Amino acid sequence: MKAAAFEYSRPETLEEACAILSGAQGARVIAGGQSLVPLMAMRLERPARLVDVARIAELSFIREEADAVIVGAATRQCVIEANRVIAVRVPLLSRAMPHVGPAATRARGTIGGSLANADAAAEIVLVAVTLGAQMTHRRDTRLRESGAAAFFTAPGITTLPERSCLTAVRFPAWPEPGLGAGFHEIGVRADDFPLLAAAAQIALDAQGRARRVAIGVGGLAATPLRLDALAHALIGRHAEPTAIGDIVTEALAAVEPLDDMRASGAYRRRAAATLVTRALGDAAAAAATAGRRGDDAR
Amino acid sequence: MRVELTINGAARALDVEPRMTLVDCLRDVLGLTGTHVGCEHGACGACTVLVDGVPARACLMFAVQAEGYAITTIEGLTHTRGALSPLQDAFCATHAMQCGFCTPAMILTAHALLAENPAPTRAQIVAAISGVICRCTGYAQIVEAIALAAERARAPAPGTR
Amino acid sequence: MDAPRPRYVASPRRVREDRRFAAGQGRFVADIALPGMRHVALVACPHAAARIVAIDKAAALALPGVRCVIDGHDLAAATQPLPNGLDTPRVRRWPLAVGAARYCGEWVVAVVADTRAIAEDAAELVAVDYDPLAFVLDAEEAIGPRGPIVHPAHGSNVLLDRRFAFGNVDRDFARSTHRTAFRLRWGRSAALPIETFGVVASHDPWRGVLDLWASAQAPRHAEEVARILGLPSLGVRVHNSVDVGGGFGGKRGLKHAVLVGYLARLLGDPVRLVEDRLENMRGGDAHGPERIFDVEVAFDDSGVIAAMKMRAIDNVGAYAGPAALQLGAPIGAIVGPYRIASVLYHAIAVTTNKTPQESMRGAGQAPTNYAIERAIDEVAARLGLDRVGVRQRNLIAAEEFPHTIASGTTYDSGDYHAVIEKVLARANYPRLIAERDQLRAQGLLAGIGIAAVLAPGGGNFAHGPLLNPAMTTTTFMESCRVVIDAAGGVVATIHAGSAGQGHETLVATIVGKVLEIDPDAVQIARPDSIAALPSDGAVGSRMAIMLGGAAAQAARMLRAKLVAIGAHVLDTPPERTAYQSGVVYDAKAPQRRLIWQDLVQIAHRNYFRLPPGFEPGLAASHVMQVPAGGKLPTGDGRVQMDPCFSFEFHLLLLTVDPDLGRPEFRQWFVGHDCGTVINPMIVRGMTLGGIAQGIGAALFEELTHDAQGRPATASLADYVLPSARDVPQIEILRHVTRSPLTAFGQKGAGASGYLGAPAAISGAVNDALRPLGSAVNRLPMKMSALGDLIAVAREKAGAKPGGAA
Ligand code: FES
Ligand code: FES
Repeated sequence: MKAAAFEYSRPETLEEACAILSGAQGARVIAGGQSLVPLMAMRLERPARLVDVARIAELSFIREEADAVIVGAATRQCVIEANRVIAVRVPLLSRAMPHVGPAATRARGTIGGSLANADAAAEIVLVAVTLGAQMTHRRDTRLRESGAAAFFTAPGITTLPERSCLTAVRFPAWPEPGLGAGFHEIGVRADDFPLLAAAAQIALDAQGRARRVAIGVGGLAATPLRLDALAHALIGRHAEPTAIGDIVTEALAAVEPLDDMRASGAYRRRAAATLVTRALGDAAAAAATAGRRGDDAR
Repeated sequence: MRVELTINGAARALDVEPRMTLVDCLRDVLGLTGTHVGCEHGACGACTVLVDGVPARACLMFAVQAEGYAITTIEGLTHTRGALSPLQDAFCATHAMQCGFCTPAMILTAHALLAENPAPTRAQIVAAISGVICRCTGYAQIVEAIALAAERARAPAPGTR
Repeated sequence: MDAPRPRYVASPRRVREDRRFAAGQGRFVADIALPGMRHVALVACPHAAARIVAIDKAAALALPGVRCVIDGHDLAAATQPLPNGLDTPRVRRWPLAVGAARYCGEWVVAVVADTRAIAEDAAELVAVDYDPLAFVLDAEEAIGPRGPIVHPAHGSNVLLDRRFAFGNVDRDFARSTHRTAFRLRWGRSAALPIETFGVVASHDPWRGVLDLWASAQAPRHAEEVARILGLPSLGVRVHNSVDVGGGFGGKRGLKHAVLVGYLARLLGDPVRLVEDRLENMRGGDAHGPERIFDVEVAFDDSGVIAAMKMRAIDNVGAYAGPAALQLGAPIGAIVGPYRIASVLYHAIAVTTNKTPQESMRGAGQAPTNYAIERAIDEVAARLGLDRVGVRQRNLIAAEEFPHTIASGTTYDSGDYHAVIEKVLARANYPRLIAERDQLRAQGLLAGIGIAAVLAPGGGNFAHGPLLNPAMTTTTFMESCRVVIDAAGGVVATIHAGSAGQGHETLVATIVGKVLEIDPDAVQIARPDSIAALPSDGAVGSRMAIMLGGAAAQAARMLRAKLVAIGAHVLDTPPERTAYQSGVVYDAKAPQRRLIWQDLVQIAHRNYFRLPPGFEPGLAASHVMQVPAGGKLPTGDGRVQMDPCFSFEFHLLLLTVDPDLGRPEFRQWFVGHDCGTVINPMIVRGMTLGGIAQGIGAALFEELTHDAQGRPATASLADYVLPSARDVPQIEILRHVTRSPLTAFGQKGAGASGYLGAPAAISGAVNDALRPLGSAVNRLPMKMSALGDLIAVAREKAGAKPGGAA
């Protein structure tokens, strides 16, 4: 299980990286390599050249803006996991991080790598879709943006244009004080690749009712789904699991679930409902706590 | 391709193909065979080494990517020939292994855990080692070894502190 | 001379092997690098069955660094076929497919190059023209009317179909008031050690020896490889000192060794093949059993079982080596720990287009125990009785040992009731039941699992002749030589490889015990196969019994020599000559004594002081026969394979998340009796490791295929092994019933934990599902399948998801 031969470059700057990418046939970006290297080992991927962006400083940052937190594509997952700004302003991303593989892969894996390789059940992809993150990518000298909803088209496939380098991900930071997030997943084994995952972020009003909600589910269909209708239906309600089970089940009834040897479609739909309900419940509880503490990053 | 690696504190300049993984480089080029290979696709953790003190899978890193980091392998934990580190000794005290194939990865993972958290709970130990698969032991004696090492490190030696 | 005698056996002494492993200084096969060594990669068949029409090697051969490319015809022309386990002479098998490939992943072409990476590059360039054939994966389909024939020359997909009638089954069924029948499936899983199989071969034409370093635990590896390669039997030398990174029965790799040995001779260079995980899982030919059981039991109102009928269909895969004999091995404990008087056992081995099996931990006893234990649970359910009580009513009692069961096997010893009582008391069984009921009241599905199972150990391989009349083996020897050198140092030998079982510690402990010297002072050597005494290797839960027994006997012989020398030199009658801690003395006058160095000096240097005709030096060897004896099975299949029978009792509580189907262990107690324990840390570790494997087999490990017959679980990303999070804290309670047949009363422990855990987990899950009126009849019980089952049951009951069960 050895990768096919390739050339390797480690440019110092993004500029240089993009120049190499646009000049070389079959070049691919590598950062942490945690998704790409296994595929290369099995020769399911065989780039002619790897452009290593792991150490390009301008790709590794966490920047807070008024209405967003922007994370450099080569920021390592373990850095995001430990980051306080993200914990407060994009709590869902924070909450999902411990679920992303074992610590040994989070130590090297980057946010951009996870997004660009787009595994169907990958937690970061789900969070990006759920929160409506914007992907910034660069080809040559041109910067472009893609919304998460359109970015992931199939397992392992994105609309990232050829010869482009993902540079940053912009996560909307909600203005409401006291946000809460919930993340639940199940895999065949306790810390396996998830079979299904559910993500929720909630802002509550003073009465503890949902004011703003984002919900997503991964592994139910070929790409993660953002459940906007459900989110909308929950506005103005209390999100305790007992109160919302039926609405969630109803919202998922319309989804055509994947059906394969790992799990039946019926199972996926039911389990997704359970996970979504639990994620919402956790999110609401966390938001209530944060509200009491008066968490507000600004 | 020329690469300069820092392995167990020593700088090594080597010529490797870009496609050579760090684990193959350690084993086949440098002869550091204490790092083992169980899957080569990032699923078993047997190849775990420390990169700047943090566990990482050496089959998921090409050697050329490792330049500039401090790589620690199991060979780097024994400072004197024939003398085990306290953590390694704890692994022997509880018989935290059978075939020994996962053991270097387990010990390095535990080493990093204890460096960061000198008094881990059982749950924290379990979470830390859950990325390394052991097919032999059922893990209990490994968890016990790590707890024992932590306990021994906490109990101040007589006459100190 | 009245210092207390040191106690080495049964004390938690450190395991000497651990030092090197903890330091990363084990020496595994992949660590062996010989100058000029070449590397093998394999081209595997991508179809479940295909005729090989043409192979074009030109492009591969043209790649710089490639040394040779061979196919099945090349290899078959120079070697004998690999041996069949069953009596199926027309099923022919070589390391590389000849003419046709019979499963997806079967090796078709081998490429040798200067590095493994180049070999893989070249393997991609080999162009094989396949003509895909009809295939069959399911055993019942394979023996049905329309199943394509896997081996046309054999004419049928049935490789073995044999009925064994032990006792008067018909009469016992007719006399019983009740009967119950059920069907179970044991899914295909595998031992999958973290180290894959590997072998390095190097041919020395000047000495006429082919050297092999392999991660092998196979019995008689050197002889087999030599025979197949057409070399003189001592022309192959296997280096037993290689550390094996986990075995569990399956590290045999005969086809690998034959292939690599052939290539090393062909090229004149050392050659290495270390399977990558894809090769290992698809074409390593080391899958575990895959069985369908049809079981029927007859019993009375109190739950006492009189008779059992069991049909076991095993899907052996595309070829059947010795692993197929695992269908026969359970006959030696076919009634488990119970008094069931008569049994009809029907064994059917079916060939399909799946990866072949290798023997695995417990040799088929884990699936059989699953079936037997389910029978007890079914009986209890039918009668509305407590499952522990039904077991207790059927158990063989302590005073009934030695006890001969219907299949002619005599169990050596046991006190099953005592072990169970210990567990029930520690677990507080009534409180455990109350806890289960409380969890149920909270809306969870909660269940208690119970398994009382036997673990035979130390077998003599009579399951070979039992299923294959062409075989006559009824011994599985093990040997040890103990030598005291001229400086007084003690060395003992091991003649097989080890895979983490601590054999060096075992032998040192026992030699230390017999000679009353510090075990740490006993050096251990592992001669290579040419220098070795007879050994059948570390399989079959036998090394404590057999290697331990051989070491004890050799050490006792040596001790007797020391005493004889002492008696002669001190001129005391033998009965007055005493031995303690290396000193021989006159029991009536202890100051008249010879210390160790005196004895060594006399034996090695002072021939004139030795008893007349005495052999100089201090060496003793023992080749041990299995204490079960060595009779061939009778015509009706009555047989004694194993001498010793360990016992384990599991009692566990688990919950199943009613919405997700996810099981979670709450409490787990195991009572374990494997006789005298030589090293408690080793036995505990093996038992816990066996349980972890049992958890995998019960809950998620399964090797599956897609609709095209290709493996769907071909990597460790798709086939997951239990991690630290999956194994709960487990309390083991030890009980010791000595075996009367072994040196210290020890029994086998190599398969412990694994033999009972799947049955117990299945029992617990089914207990959890009972209030819903559903049951799972297969392993693994995957979370998603449990979730579906629960949903269907609730729908029937009109309950809404999310509500209480
Ligand atoms: S060998 Fe690297 S994770 Fe398995
Ligand atoms: S000790 Fe064998 S894999 Fe862990």
